[in-house]
Amino acid sequence: MELLYNIFIAPFVEMGATPDFLLQVLWEGFVAGTLYALIALGFVLIFKASGVFNFAQGIMVVFSALTLVGFYAAGLPAYVSLFLALVVMAVLAWSVERFVMRPLVNQPELILFMATIGLSYFLIGLGEFIFGGEPKSMITEELGLPTGSTTIDIFGGFVILQHLDIAAAIIAAILVICLALFFSKTRIGRALRAVADDHQAALSVGISLNQIWAIVWFAAGIVALATGIMWGARSDVSFALQIVALKALPVLILGGFTSVPGAIIGGLIIGFGEKLFEVYWGGLLGGGVEAWFAYVIALIFLMFRPQGLFGEKIIERV
Amino acid sequence: MFKKIIFGAAALAMLSGVQVTALKAQETLYVPSLSYRTGPFAGGGIPIANGFADYMTMLNERDGGIGGLKVVVEECETGYNAQKGVECYEATKGKGALVYNPYSTGITLQLIPKAPVDKIPVLSMGYGLSATAVGETFPWTFNYPATYWSQMSSILKFIDSQDGGIKGKKIGYIYLVSGYGKEPIPLLNQLAESMGFSVVEFPVAGKDMQNQASQWLNVRKEKPDWMIMWGWGAMNSTAVKEAAKIRFPLDKFIGNWWAGANADLDAVGMAGKGYRSANMAAAGTDFPALQDVIKLVVDAGKSKIDDKEKVGDVLYNRGLFNAVVVAEAIRKAQEISGKAAITGSDMRDGLEQLDLSAARLEEIGLAGFTAPIKGSCLDHAGGGSIFLQQWDGENWVKTSDLIAPDTALVRPLLEAAAAKYIADKPEWQVKPCS
Repeated sequence: MELLYNIFIAPFVEMGATPDFLLQVLWEGFVAGTLYALIALGFVLIFKASGVFNFAQGIMVVFSALTLVGFYAAGLPAYVSLFLALVVMAVLAWSVERFVMRPLVNQPELILFMATIGLSYFLIGLGEFIFGGEPKSMITEELGLPTGSTTIDIFGGFVILQHLDIAAAIIAAILVICLALFFSKTRIGRALRAVADDHQAALSVGISLNQIWAIVWFAAGIVALATGIMWGARSDVSFALQIVALKALPVLILGGFTSVPGAIIGGLIIGFGEKLFEVYWGGLLGGGVEAWFAYVIALIFLMFRPQGLFGEKIIERV
Repeated sequence: MFKKIIFGAAALAMLSGVQVTALKAQETLYVPSLSYRTGPFAGGGIPIANGFADYMTMLNERDGGIGGLKVVVEECETGYNAQKGVECYEATKGKGALVYNPYSTGITLQLIPKAPVDKIPVLSMGYGLSATAVGETFPWTFNYPATYWSQMSSILKFIDSQDGGIKGKKIGYIYLVSGYGKEPIPLLNQLAESMGFSVVEFPVAGKDMQNQASQWLNVRKEKPDWMIMWGWGAMNSTAVKEAAKIRFPLDKFIGNWWAGANADLDAVGMAGKGYRSANMAAAGTDFPALQDVIKLVVDAGKSKIDDKEKVGDVLYNRGLFNAVVVAEAIRKAQEISGKAAITGSDMRDGLEQLDLSAARLEEIGLAGFTAPIKGSCLDHAGGGSIFLQQWDGENWVKTSDLIAPDTALVRPLLEAAAAKYIADKPEWQVKPCS
């Protein structure tokens, strides 16, 4: 009886008793969801263009962030470093297309997936060779990103909003809008969707596969850099950052591998869901439930919508 | 003909390799270093490996080694991964290894049962299985200068000395979900009963090291009086940032000695001012031995360190301290055995009879660097005193005297844990000390 009370009554009583804290939990869920969505976006971009799950997205986040702080540490101004980091990501995109993707055109998706695993280990080695393994500080203030916080007194308590979190939400929103417009309104965006459907068919109607892949990997590189800046500012820039990419998996399952809005909605559902569950129900299971709760949500969705919330439903006839 | 030449050359290379290895074992003091300069925890592994190697190089340069034999430090990259650590162990143990410093609790747990079989001692300096302090049960494993349990006891003793004592207080324990993070929980729960405080746990999964918002929301909800952290790598800087974010009083947040490095707090800066952590060896270079390291190794370009300013950092000095313990144990082993080229068994005896007194510390140019350590057949942790340091926004400042653990409380618990460890291992060889 007590267990039932703790599951179905106590958490809601607690929410009602401390509404300011509930608001804080919801805000943290929103911020986490936005950041998860940022990571997931990088995966979605590559998947849309090549139908492959990019195993290297996590290390691309680390590599881009390390490049940024590396240029700054070499004495360059912050914005020059940011520009040069983007140039490096463009060079990386071109190299991936030229040396990894191009030789594998029309190969099974599993082969492309394996290639991204290889790419991942290559970038880990290259990153450690160039930047070393020691953690670096993100140049948050130098990039003009806000620091500090605002406290809102509400419901007899308070809610703390970190300025960096607000900036992260705004940057993520801008990126999403730009990418959504890019995919739906531009010629390249439509060509990209054609490439994702069928490499050979796209080639036969004159779409340059090489150009499309280079553009998409560059876009994924930009998203990786934004992700690296935001996550790096919350902690530090180290190779541990690549682990956060794992957070994208349940988001992708939920939102669909091919949908930009899906990544956002999926990220927010996971963000809100895991924070609420951890804070109000986690204690019943000894805490630390966040690590697996996202996957439970994803599994439940898989049972009813295997293609995800916004993924394309694929019907294959035998 | 070509094939024969290739085959002959290969055979010659193999034979000369065997000869070199044999020569190495005979005429040097071979100490493998299971380092991790890559991977998510490299930020901690690099300075430790540098400090360890640099002190041994300094001894080679200044004194011609130890007892007339050069010390050979061979690094093997583990990436802080237990499986790779065991591979490194297997690859190096046949080269005449004197002692293993695994630098990972996970690897240590794997090596503990191998040590008595291969007759090579394991020194898990300030990490590993706390129960190995019980020398009778674990004759081949040492954890100078303190165990996780004695460290926890010292931290709780410090809390007890503040603000009207620990009785009735709520202690939050945030930890990395791993063998390392879970290690002190049994002691914490037992001491909670005997000292009269309550405990709330906040586990952090490895993949959430940089994503701790939930844990700190729970901290805000639970309102603990003090927080204690068993963190490592990126978890530490994230935790301190999150604590500051929810306005937890940072002077009531104490990390263990793996949660108090320069790299941890450099990324936090002024926002982390007030945060405390335990430590076992002084930071800084204001010691003659460290000056010798700078002069003979770093300035001479014989170190792997990329920035001279990092000499004297918390973890650099931790690695150097580890090398000091190994070097002193080698000296003791040479003294006991009467020979310069010692074996793993001799090294075990040297470690067991280690006596790093205040006078000896002064003699080797490290006066006041750490608490004296004295080993014995019974006690493989050798004292267990720690001190606390506090982050002033830019540097760590030592803020307490040495705090000894409550041995009367901890020792029986260690003995019980040691007995439990071997309870299901009927072949386990103990070594009675009487």
